[in-house]
Amino acid sequence: MELLKKLTNVIAPSGNEKPVRDIIIDEVKQYADAITVDTLGNLIVRKKGNGKKIMLSSHMDEVGIIATVIDDKGFIRFSNIGAVNKKALQYSKVKFANDIVGIVVDEPIESTDKSTNFNKMYVDTICDCKVNSLNTISIGDIATFAPNFDISGDLISSKALDNRAGCYVLIETLKAISKTENDLYFVFTVQEELGLRGAKTSTFTLQPDYAIVVDTTPCDDVPSGGKSSLKLGNGPAIKIKDGSIMCHPFIKNLLLNKAESLKIKPQYEVLDKGNTDAGAIHTTGVGVITGAISIPLRYNHTACEMASKTDIENSIKILTKVCEDLLV
Amino acid sequence: MLEKLTNAFGVSGAENDVREIIKNEMSKICDTVETDSMGNLICFKKGSRGYHNSIMLTSHMDEVGFIVNGITKEGYLRFKTVGGIDARVIISKRVIVGRNRISGVIGAKPTHLQDGKGGNATKVKDLLIDIGANDENDAKTKVKIGDYICFDSEYMEFGNNLIKAKALDDRIGCNILMQLAKERYANDVYYVFTVQEEVGCRGATIVAYSVKPDIAIVVEGTTCSDVPLTDDHSFSTKLRGGAALSILDSGSYSDKDLVQTLYNTAKNNNINVQYKQTTLGGNDASSIHLSREGIRTAVISVPCRYIHSPSSVACKDDINSCYNILNKFLKEAEGEVWNS
Repeated sequence: MELLKKLTNVIAPSGNEKPVRDIIIDEVKQYADAITVDTLGNLIVRKKGNGKKIMLSSHMDEVGIIATVIDDKGFIRFSNIGAVNKKALQYSKVKFANDIVGIVVDEPIESTDKSTNFNKMYVDTICDCKVNSLNTISIGDIATFAPNFDISGDLISSKALDNRAGCYVLIETLKAISKTENDLYFVFTVQEELGLRGAKTSTFTLQPDYAIVVDTTPCDDVPSGGKSSLKLGNGPAIKIKDGSIMCHPFIKNLLLNKAESLKIKPQYEVLDKGNTDAGAIHTTGVGVITGAISIPLRYNHTACEMASKTDIENSIKILTKVCEDLLV
Repeated sequence: MLEKLTNAFGVSGAENDVREIIKNEMSKICDTVETDSMGNLICFKKGSRGYHNSIMLTSHMDEVGFIVNGITKEGYLRFKTVGGIDARVIISKRVIVGRNRISGVIGAKPTHLQDGKGGNATKVKDLLIDIGANDENDAKTKVKIGDYICFDSEYMEFGNNLIKAKALDDRIGCNILMQLAKERYANDVYYVFTVQEEVGCRGATIVAYSVKPDIAIVVEGTTCSDVPLTDDHSFSTKLRGGAALSILDSGSYSDKDLVQTLYNTAKNNNINVQYKQTTLGGNDASSIHLSREGIRTAVISVPCRYIHSPSSVACKDDINSCYNILNKFLKEAEGEVWNS
């Protein structure tokens, strides 16, 4: 899990994926036949074959914040990048790309029925250079929750498991493939948290026959949890639907069959709301037969997302099997 | 020209009048001028040095307005908004209705007859347009359901170098593109005037697909909240602060290299420039940057106070700043290679 730690520790919110992309390139280069980075920054890693074109995708970006105004005392006003959890942000440590650490504070609000808005919060930096803060953070600079990877037994907690866990699964799958006749494209997309953007352009470029997305999905197996039946550590979730896609039965059954052949018991994900790259992929160009495998995750878009190591490892096994068996 | 453009009738979906004005001018100075299936006007001017990059500059022709969706038996018009309009700014405003350009006034129930729930903002559905008709039949001779309605507000110059008009968003951009097109730059340049931005950046979606530029710059009118009762840190842009570059808004994350180049162009030439300080709002960049394999896109805007109202206010200096930055950029972009 050292690689996952490395992947989650970088500061790479949407639109600023370079640090995570560089790690991935380094990891996959000896396993890939071709590596390209496109206009928006999507990383496309090809493992050649004569068979069908299969796109496996995970998004590289995470939620974060972006500095909009730095006042004359050095306090930083910001906006959100993606749906960062407001409650989780308050009194959390955040880290900017230049390693400056700050604390997010919300201004007191008069009425208790009002929820805090991002424009009532600010970042108070804790660096020595605070007096010079005007020179160290400028408008447009980005930050995320400060890195905080922990692992104990089967459980992992960190920022950005959504979706570095997915990236980890793709990297390890690529490494694990012994041989394949399928034409495989491992696509690490950008700006998913801002509206599935990278998936749209990379799919236009590739026009694959099939696509399988790896992302995380909220599980509600906690006190006062929601209605979702997913449980942490109970297996990877095969996506049936979410707010952006009804998954193609072909991919759903494919994933199910491979799981069964490996004696892995999957869960099913049926979401009303929430989108994944699969939503953008399946409607691009003439359409793509698309499905997804989701890693159950507690507390998403906070500094302490939680996932199960077994779920992650089993996702790798299923996808490796998908990649190795000839798909027609 | 800006006066002529802002006075023209051009609610989303009914951009014809605006397009004709622009087409007349652009036909004289561009190599080709075409109108596509949705009504986007695509004007091309070949580069002086053969092919390096193709640069697409876009401004949208449409403005926010209303559409007639009913006529009461008393002869008042029911209407819906086209694009985002704050209902509080439209009461008692003059409007122009339909192809016959009928004058009207937006009417609300008088204050003393409203049901005492002070503080509730007026809703569009509670308002009617009075065109002075005797009754339903009289109204029907002048207006049809589906007719577009536009603010009736004339261009005016006032104060210290300020202008007031409707539709500054985005005739201000159209005007800047028309000025730029007078020059011939080293690179191929497409000057594109889009339709239906205010209802979801629709024209830009197809135009980006057909033009396939290497880079795109969206020239806009944007919000300016440097008005009293607003926290300093909530200002999106400041009037007289120069053209505003967007870093991130709800529609797109601007290409970083392109934004930096535009910013440096301004600074190196001592042109006033600012970054937009909020991340709200979207524009044609949202659909352009996701077209095809992705297009490097940036947004540069002229700050407009009271945007989407009959009385938007902009500063001529900011307009000049926007023109100057783009002009210098296009002149200096000669050696740049943008297509990766």
